[in-house]
Amino acid sequence: MAVLVGKDTRVVGQGITGTFGSLHANRNIEYGTNYVAAVTPGKGGQRFEDKVPIFNTVREAVEKEGANTSVIFVPPPFAADSILEAIDAGIELIICITEGIPVRDMALVKDALIKSNTRLIGPNCPGIMTPGECNIGIMPGYIAKPGKVGVVSRSGTLTYEAMFQLTQLGHGQSTCIGIGGDPINGTSHTDAIRLFNEDPATEAIIMIGEIGGTAEEEAAAYIKEHVKKPVAAFIAGTTAPPGRRMGHAGAIVSGGSGGADAKIKALKDAGIAVAPTPSDIAETLLSVYKG
Amino acid sequence: MNIHEYQAKALFADFGIPVTKGQPARGPDEFKAALSELPDGPVVVKAQIHAGGRGKGTFKDGYKGGVKICKDHAEALEAAKRMLRNVLVTHQTGEAGRKVKTVYFNEPCDIAKEYYLAILLDRATSRPIIIASTEGGVEIEKVAEETPEKITRVTIDPAAGLQPYHKRKIAYGLGFSEKEDLKQLDTLLTGLYRLYWEKDASLAEINPLVKTTDGRIIALDAKVGFDENALFRHADIRALRDLDEEDPKEVEASKHGLSYIALDGNIACLVNGAGLAMATMDIIKHFGGNPANFLDVGGGASEEAVTEAFRIILSDKQVEGILVNIFGGIMSCQRIAKGIIAAAKTVSIDVPLVVRLEGNEVEEGKKLLSESGLAITPADSLKDAAEKVVKRVEEARKS
Repeated sequence: MAVLVGKDTRVVGQGITGTFGSLHANRNIEYGTNYVAAVTPGKGGQRFEDKVPIFNTVREAVEKEGANTSVIFVPPPFAADSILEAIDAGIELIICITEGIPVRDMALVKDALIKSNTRLIGPNCPGIMTPGECNIGIMPGYIAKPGKVGVVSRSGTLTYEAMFQLTQLGHGQSTCIGIGGDPINGTSHTDAIRLFNEDPATEAIIMIGEIGGTAEEEAAAYIKEHVKKPVAAFIAGTTAPPGRRMGHAGAIVSGGSGGADAKIKALKDAGIAVAPTPSDIAETLLSVYKG
Repeated sequence: MNIHEYQAKALFADFGIPVTKGQPARGPDEFKAALSELPDGPVVVKAQIHAGGRGKGTFKDGYKGGVKICKDHAEALEAAKRMLRNVLVTHQTGEAGRKVKTVYFNEPCDIAKEYYLAILLDRATSRPIIIASTEGGVEIEKVAEETPEKITRVTIDPAAGLQPYHKRKIAYGLGFSEKEDLKQLDTLLTGLYRLYWEKDASLAEINPLVKTTDGRIIALDAKVGFDENALFRHADIRALRDLDEEDPKEVEASKHGLSYIALDGNIACLVNGAGLAMATMDIIKHFGGNPANFLDVGGGASEEAVTEAFRIILSDKQVEGILVNIFGGIMSCQRIAKGIIAAAKTVSIDVPLVVRLEGNEVEEGKKLLSESGLAITPADSLKDAAEKVVKRVEEARKS
């Protein structure tokens, strides 16, 4: 196991009986991910794809099937409720794929997370994958291969870009974590980097950030102080105009903070190799990490 | 989503936040009726657009100032006539300016002192934060930079909500100590926090908040923005949307599930994923080009949505080249290829088109494009694509 997920992960899928959720849950299962339960209120007693037992509550999935990780594909108006239910049921790790959850709902979720032992990845994220062992969410499995580089990113397709570049150059990944593009998320860049830093299976780290907030600057400060492993980074949004939300709810330069230039400067000051273009992410890492 | 000042003031009133008496008018025929709601004497006339800097702005016909203090109703009527249906340019609108469709008549007040007050999300703590400053009427960023000691900040535990000690801290931070002032500020903060929380605001800002010479504490301006993701539960707020204040192409795009933002360059891009879309703009710039837009078609775009994306891109007359960059994680490259071919049939693509496809069903997608007979420049990587589109646009200019 690299970080957070691996062969021992026992997944409960919340909202995987819908079209989008079932498509991706099936892909995850094909990859070898161990889905032990599904939760869809009102469908308790049935089975997902004739195999995985469906329960009405997350607590039943924990008690009867030993689920320790939840993936959430529930629509935005109800997603925060699903996260809170999973926290209450004692799930250790929640991965919330849902895009478009109101900030107010997430402020309450964040508060509940702080008061619990649960970790949340996302929301509005592609999920998490330990190649060869476990793939939870919507990341395409074929672009990854098992290896020693940890990847953390706010953006889904940019994560794929970095993973694919690494794989093409012959370097695999320990774990890839999509932390999501929302202003409030469960796991920050710094949290993910701390996990990679403490993980003996991870030798080098790629961090992909974007405009908005100060999470990348905080990660840079952490890396400067604590991380000896080679780190490469890319920041998207150098050309984004201030005051405009660039797709992700969190990607906005406002009030003079959150700009790409300040982030790139903080990263470089921390001794991190910064990729000049999104096409050079893996090569930039390999300029400081020989594998 | 943003709303006009007059709409925000009406919301303020609903939540018990003191505001000056005011009346909007949408046409010349409404001027007199609106003015008659206000007492005789001086009137402040304010042009209603979704942009700051109105007072220092200039109208397209040379008339100066989108906020006028008029000595009587007759003068206010004249000012309103000059503003309505005129185009106001401020430092926030860009050169094109914004057409004024509503003017707002306000009763003036005698100001003793101006303050700043706002509630928004503090991203560092994921909690609501109240920001107050003794410097009102100026930009808070400037105060934060030059005199940070004049700013008081209070973060709120969202589960426990706003507490009396939060309100006292703000009041003392603003230099209030009189019992009457504390009482007024208590009511005002309670209302502002309730508005922020219950209506899912992303920002509730009063700049300036004023104390009048007769001792009242009033919101002289009001700026409220809302979380778009929460609009589904606020029909009353959705009704306040003014689509004329938004780019028509962006509105059209959102109807098709596309996220589009117009920029001022000449190379359009069509990408899946917000981060990759931003990165594609960046790499175009890196190779000497200038992005014409941000466009994220999302993970599940249909053929029709891709066709619509081309239509929107090409309606921008500045566009001299197009870069399609798809990393098909889940999205099928075949579906994108079909979308491009379908688009070429209904929209004439008369500028260089560079396509980079990668990922899911990439070979099928590339095959469809090469057999389509369309003039498409294929690219192997994002870098290759960006270099090619910049070069092709330069060549097209020369020929």
